[in-house]
Amino acid sequence: MSKRARNILTWIGTFIIMLIICLPGLWVILSAFRSNGEILTRPAVWIPERLSLDNFRSIFGYGENVVAIPVGSYFTNSLIISLTSTAIAVAIGMAGGYAFARFRFPGKSQAFLWFMLSRTVPGIALSLPIFILWSWMDIIDTKFGVILVYTAINVPFTIWLTEGFFRQIPRDLNEAAQIDGCTPWQAFWRVEFPLAKAGIASSGIFAFLTSWNEYALASQLTRSTDSKTLPVGLMDFTAQFTIDWAGMCAMAVIIIIPALILTFLVQKHLISGLTFGGVKG
Amino acid sequence: MADVSLKKVSKAYGSVKVVHGIDLEIAHNEFVVLVGPSGCGKSTTLRMIAGLEDISGGEIAIGGNVVNELPPRKRNISMVFQNYALYPHMTVRENLGFSLKIAGRPAAEITEKTNEAADILGLQPYLDRTPAALSGGQRQRVAMGRAIVRHPDVFLFDEPLSNLDAKLRTQMRVEIKKLHQKVQTTIVYVTHDQVEAMTLADRIVIMKDGHIVQTGTPLELFERPVDTFVATFIGSPPMNLVDGEIDGGKVRFADGTTVPLAAGLKEISNGRKVRFGFRAEDLTPVGHGLAEMSGAARLDLTIGLAEPLGSETILLTELAGTEVQGKMFNPRPVKSGEVLPCLLAIDKCHLFDAETGKTLRLR
Repeated sequence: MSKRARNILTWIGTFIIMLIICLPGLWVILSAFRSNGEILTRPAVWIPERLSLDNFRSIFGYGENVVAIPVGSYFTNSLIISLTSTAIAVAIGMAGGYAFARFRFPGKSQAFLWFMLSRTVPGIALSLPIFILWSWMDIIDTKFGVILVYTAINVPFTIWLTEGFFRQIPRDLNEAAQIDGCTPWQAFWRVEFPLAKAGIASSGIFAFLTSWNEYALASQLTRSTDSKTLPVGLMDFTAQFTIDWAGMCAMAVIIIIPALILTFLVQKHLISGLTFGGVKG
Repeated sequence: MADVSLKKVSKAYGSVKVVHGIDLEIAHNEFVVLVGPSGCGKSTTLRMIAGLEDISGGEIAIGGNVVNELPPRKRNISMVFQNYALYPHMTVRENLGFSLKIAGRPAAEITEKTNEAADILGLQPYLDRTPAALSGGQRQRVAMGRAIVRHPDVFLFDEPLSNLDAKLRTQMRVEIKKLHQKVQTTIVYVTHDQVEAMTLADRIVIMKDGHIVQTGTPLELFERPVDTFVATFIGSPPMNLVDGEIDGGKVRFADGTTVPLAAGLKEISNGRKVRFGFRAEDLTPVGHGLAEMSGAARLDLTIGLAEPLGSETILLTELAGTEVQGKMFNPRPVKSGEVLPCLLAIDKCHLFDAETGKTLRLR
């Protein structure tokens, strides 16, 4: 097969795979800009006749068909919960990752293995025990309760990722800094932290996206506008007999946008986070 | 005054002892090289002086103060690491000034001292580059510059040249020696390369298996090795060693060849098993020696292989079934298989006990 033919086949293959991956997302975005009527038409209308921002207007309380959903509150809740749990997870994960990379202590490799194994348990399998525990502690339907769960989910992965980054930094640098007059704490902040920044940032983004997009656990643990997050809020568009697909898609777009912007801004770090941190001897 | 004193210093990792209670006194401004094969404890010793490793026993003093419990930053030492350990996120200027910045020195002083170090090491053109944009030799110089800006009491070098190619290594060796002349500070230098040790040191400390085997000036070690380890470790090519037996003022080898012993070695009792040692430059073809030899033994040797180096040729031959090396000065072409009459300078030969390897007499 000639090189050109191989290239064409590769392109076709890539196109088909990307189509499969992107189609649902594309459909959501398209549907966010058209009416329920057009969405439900059979056979499906692929190229919309008219794109409008009506759905967005109505979920924010403007225009003719106002949807009574507190998107603003959900957005704020999502932001508070995601940012807080990410900050805590990164702080703990960074300390833990550094400890695993630098110090020798009994049970180290077992502990590390258990962190990884905890990732294999699907979150939903833990939802019932968490629900019971949380209701005993009376933190159901609070932001704190959700933050706690998300922090627990994110810490092992953050530790794993930052450990890889810290391990890549030669120990000599820390020692050189100590000889140059740094305390161990200064050596960390002035030398090792700046070098691991990319890794820590990417672990933070992963943690943020996990929290931002999580639905299953949040749907169990939240009920009121005080604590419901955006993904849970999507369900508000389902009534007893109808589903407001257009409104739901518009809100889905609102959920996607911050994640998308974030990913684009830091995609370089994300990729290096995945490859750099992942390559370990 | 910044002399360094090690008293019964030992280091153990769990039950494994890597340094066995060594004693060493290093004088102010002295250039001491710790040398030995890998795993001999030389780097560990250096790291204990630096405070990067805790000591398991004994006492380390710098400038008369015991520093056993002091962290590295309080010992007023500088260290150059094998892989340079430059801070990759800082420019050369920031690397050089880092220690002064940490110490809270005023900006003007940092600039002045950074420039001073950059001048000494020829780093002015590179001050705004990051380490990634420097060659190996330049990085090495930055590492040295970072060490000298602080005017420390003691410089520690941990195999600083082993990541450089042969040519650059020779060049940097000269620079390190010049640096020592310029800044006049006590230096402790670790290497596994005996050439570096010989060329740089005021005094060499040879270590093996966590013990100090011998301490002395380069020439003392070369001329009076205490055992076969030092004899073969110092000098290139290594000292030739041939097993034999004492027989009436001579040493008799396995094939019956005898070589007379120098006056000082003649009293050793008959029948004692020995290892007979001599250096390549003391076995030379007739007419190709360094000087007239008095009391040389004559041996006819078949040349197995000749390695011409230009100014001299290394000759590989056999003495009593053992491969030995000789040297031909003012060389002429030599064919493999050629038989050459050679002279062995017996007053420069060494005798070691066959079992313990210890020298039987210092000549």
